[in-house]
Amino acid sequence: MDRFVFLTLDGLSRGAVYAAFALALVLIWRAARIVNFAQGAMAVATAYFAYSVAAATGSYWLGFLAALVAGLLLGAVVDLAVMRFVDHSSPLNPVIVALGLVLLIQAVLGMVYGNEFLPAEAPLSRAALTVGGLAVLSPYDLFAFAAVGVVVVALAWTFTRTPVGLRMRAAAFAPEVSRLLGVNVSGMLTLGWALASGVGALAGMLVIPTELGLHPHAMDLVFVAAFTGAVVGGLDSPPGAVVGGLLVGLLLSYVSGYAGSDLTALAVLLLLLAVLLVRPAGLFAPAVARRV
Amino acid sequence: MSATRAATPPTTRASHAGSRPWQGRRGSTLLRHLAVALAAALLLVALSYGLEPFRNFQLATVAAYLCATAGLTVLTGLNGQLSLGHGALMATGAYTVALCQNAFADRGVTGGWTLPVSLSAAVLTTIGVGAVVGVAAARLRGPYLAGVTLAVAVVVPALAVTFDDVFNGEQGLSVPVEPPPAALGPYFPYERWQLWVTGSATLLALLLLGNLVRSRFGRTFRAVRDDEVAARLAGIHVARTQVLAFVVSAATAGLGGALLAVLAQSVSPGAFSLTLSLFLLMAVVIGGLGSLAGAAWGAVLLVALPDLTHTLTDLLTLSPAVAQRMEGNLPLAIFGSTLVVVMIAAPGGVQGLLSRLGRALLARSPARRS
Amino acid sequence: MSHMKRVARCGLAIATSITLLTTSAACGDDGSGGGSRAPVPGVTDTQIVVGTHMPLTGPASAGYSKIAPATKAYFDYVNANGGVHGRKLTYKIMDDGYNPANTQQVVRQLVLQDKVFAILNGLGTPTHSGVLDFLKSNRVPDLFVASGSRSWDQPDKYPGTFGFNTDYTVEGKILANHVKTSLPGRKVCFLGQDDDFGRDSLVGVERVLGAGAVVARQTYVTSNTNVAPQIGAFNAAGCQVVILATVPGFTALAVGTAARLGFKPQWLVSNVGADHPTLAKQLGAAAPLLDGMIGANYLPMQNDTANPWIQLFTKVNKEHNGDAPFDGNTVYGMAVGYLFVQVLLAAGKDLTRESVLDAVVKGGYQGPGLAPLRFSATDHSGYGGQRLTRVSGGVQSYFGPTYETDEGDGPVQEYTAAPATPPANGVPTAS
Repeated sequence: MDRFVFLTLDGLSRGAVYAAFALALVLIWRAARIVNFAQGAMAVATAYFAYSVAAATGSYWLGFLAALVAGLLLGAVVDLAVMRFVDHSSPLNPVIVALGLVLLIQAVLGMVYGNEFLPAEAPLSRAALTVGGLAVLSPYDLFAFAAVGVVVVALAWTFTRTPVGLRMRAAAFAPEVSRLLGVNVSGMLTLGWALASGVGALAGMLVIPTELGLHPHAMDLVFVAAFTGAVVGGLDSPPGAVVGGLLVGLLLSYVSGYAGSDLTALAVLLLLLAVLLVRPAGLFAPAVARRV
Repeated sequence: MSATRAATPPTTRASHAGSRPWQGRRGSTLLRHLAVALAAALLLVALSYGLEPFRNFQLATVAAYLCATAGLTVLTGLNGQLSLGHGALMATGAYTVALCQNAFADRGVTGGWTLPVSLSAAVLTTIGVGAVVGVAAARLRGPYLAGVTLAVAVVVPALAVTFDDVFNGEQGLSVPVEPPPAALGPYFPYERWQLWVTGSATLLALLLLGNLVRSRFGRTFRAVRDDEVAARLAGIHVARTQVLAFVVSAATAGLGGALLAVLAQSVSPGAFSLTLSLFLLMAVVIGGLGSLAGAAWGAVLLVALPDLTHTLTDLLTLSPAVAQRMEGNLPLAIFGSTLVVVMIAAPGGVQGLLSRLGRALLARSPARRS
Repeated sequence: MSHMKRVARCGLAIATSITLLTTSAACGDDGSGGGSRAPVPGVTDTQIVVGTHMPLTGPASAGYSKIAPATKAYFDYVNANGGVHGRKLTYKIMDDGYNPANTQQVVRQLVLQDKVFAILNGLGTPTHSGVLDFLKSNRVPDLFVASGSRSWDQPDKYPGTFGFNTDYTVEGKILANHVKTSLPGRKVCFLGQDDDFGRDSLVGVERVLGAGAVVARQTYVTSNTNVAPQIGAFNAAGCQVVILATVPGFTALAVGTAARLGFKPQWLVSNVGADHPTLAKQLGAAAPLLDGMIGANYLPMQNDTANPWIQLFTKVNKEHNGDAPFDGNTVYGMAVGYLFVQVLLAAGKDLTRESVLDAVVKGGYQGPGLAPLRFSATDHSGYGGQRLTRVSGGVQSYFGPTYETDEGDGPVQEYTAAPATPPANGVPTAS
């Protein structure tokens, strides 16, 4: 029982970060109909920026803030400087461009910072608090939960309650009509990219200290897990991304704990098949599934 | 390089097929494809004598990748299904050929027929796996299909580690391959023999694919890609067509993987990682999605581009401190920027660019309209 | 009719290109040659070209990417001091990203295109395993493979392949021997990478401690960076000693994760994952967790500034390697370079691929290593022992004697020969 509780909490704390990252993928998908394969590399780039800022100022929190701002800017730049010029007639074109960006970003980071691991500090203790003799969550885990929670609530509020959020949704779902109604569609698209990239940067900042350290490839595996989470939840649904991310986190933890870490990949595939064969557009798919 | 040029003629035509009346001329299509394949084979043989051993090996590698990229082109370009998992299908073929060749070697069975038998076994096994994945894939669209195939790409190499008593874990298996037949003489270069083996297998596969693309099946593939609803109204069984496309694509990917294993004389999970699957997709899109010629360009790029970027960076002389940072990273940066620039400047890929150029040059000829 | 014409045109084009290509290739073919006897690939009167494959990029490149540049720096140092028998050493470093498919390409390029004399210190078990047959059939000397796999020690099957690192089983035996003699009665657990590294190491551990002695065994795969489930299991099993057969990243992860769970066992770590500067850099502020960690090594400690080898290598690093950060990988790369130069000198002025293999087999090389190199006609396995290290106050240093043993049931015993000192100018001389 102790082990079950331990694995559950461990899985949830990872899952929260996957959820945030999946959310970033969903944001871009909803805004631009692109699965942003460069999301991981972009998040790593902002984490390196945070590392430089923290090293120069001596403050983790300044670095943290810098990463979020850099994330927003990087998203906007990628949209304005690259994605804007891509022919979207085939959905594959942006995917390939994103993959090209991954190689380019990782190579540039390798040139600037080297292909060695750099230490990624956690701002709070990662030692688990014990409750009734059982190691539960650490202050850092609680911080991560809180940060992801704030972002999810803030995004939900933005998209449902604020004029700019409503305009973004309108621009994504009916660009022509929105344009006629005076919505700056292309500006909304850029804003969508910026927001998504900012959320991705946050997820990167949260997850990298729990992994091997700062490295150009630090987010590769996180990307795969988060993409799986987003697909399980349904790419059109932000709540789906959160649930999907948490599910994948739990699954990875249980399988490593009870069956062996070499079986995690297989378990993820089985989860995907089980969900998608019943609901081909994810758990939280809108009522009319099967868009072509 | 030759494999590309050799493969170009049948497929450029194939892509223009829609604009020409072709019914009742199936026999002549086959004949033309045969003639081109024969010419390509001759060209390959000539090249294998003209080129150095390393170039022979590279060309053989292009041929092996060409099987996989051609299969992916049929699936993604002609049938509209996205696959991020073709590396895994190649791994299936590669491991099958390794297990078969080892089984033959362990039992002391030798002879020129063993390799074709192993290759056929590899194709059959991959067809089985492809059918299973294809049935699941036929229910899914766009990013959901991408998610499942991505998981397949991650799982298959991981299985080699899980069942390490069969697949020998990360270290992988060696693939015993017999030397060239004695009739070719004692000093026949091994790389030339490798090119002959992979080249002939690939040409055979391309010949079959080329005819398939021009056949009734090819038309149903495209019909489903262009408009599922219309295809269904026209009496096409959409799911069945999609599974068929997946199976055909898997078969060629399996053959490509098997050939790669034969070339390397070894297989290991690291060679068939997710990166390979992503690179295959990049190759077919950069080559030019939708025609087998594009697949050929893609296969050439897969082999030539890393080599070229490395040579390019070698030309620079850098201080040790700078060189350490640039080493390996600069080629990757060049590769990445090439992808981005090509996709923006020429979204039709290399083949699209070439046919645009060709059309501009041959503007007078009315037959070259597509 | 029209398509017949097209076929004809196509055939003509192909025929033309054949002619062009074959003639141009034929033109490129002549040149080279000369001399009375068959030329040795990669060797001229003025230079020797050697190649290697290393992960310079990609997830596995951390740490390893510094080895080949260090070897190259040592070669440059030797070149600046007159070279080997008057020949300068050229080292071609190819990036394979730790991907066996790339290794196939780059090694063929080195051998067939660049015509290297030998492959030196190719890194990685899965990567290098794939080129063994190719190197054998081309009779290319395959020296000092950078991995502790036992695959390199197969003199009958691969007569041209030699290892360098102490193999994982020998290392497992030496680590377990320390548990047996200094930490008796403790509960021992084992975390290993899910490949031959972890497996061979566990074999060694169990050979010394007995099959049932390891209470909990866990594995990890590099594609899953969460080791909390494994460490949690150790904690639950009450482990007091944990032996790690892990790469540096996962040593750091294991130590960090254990600290989070309030689990503080005695760590014993494989040489692969025990380099303190690498681990400390990765752990950052958490580096003090490494205090008390026991590791194993067979080369001089990079922080031992009194050691003459370290003085030499520091100097070479300054002069020829852009004063790159100096760590265990730098020492390793230079030690490989030193051994290779020794072997080339022993092979004599009349250098051939056969003479260099004969020179390796003859053995008797003494360099920076603490343990004996075991090269002989029947043994191709490299270093045959290790000495234990301990981290204390943030400094990693050796303690106790150097041990040597074999992969089988042989005893773990002390190796007492005194370590060699480097020659005055840092370049070995022909003996």
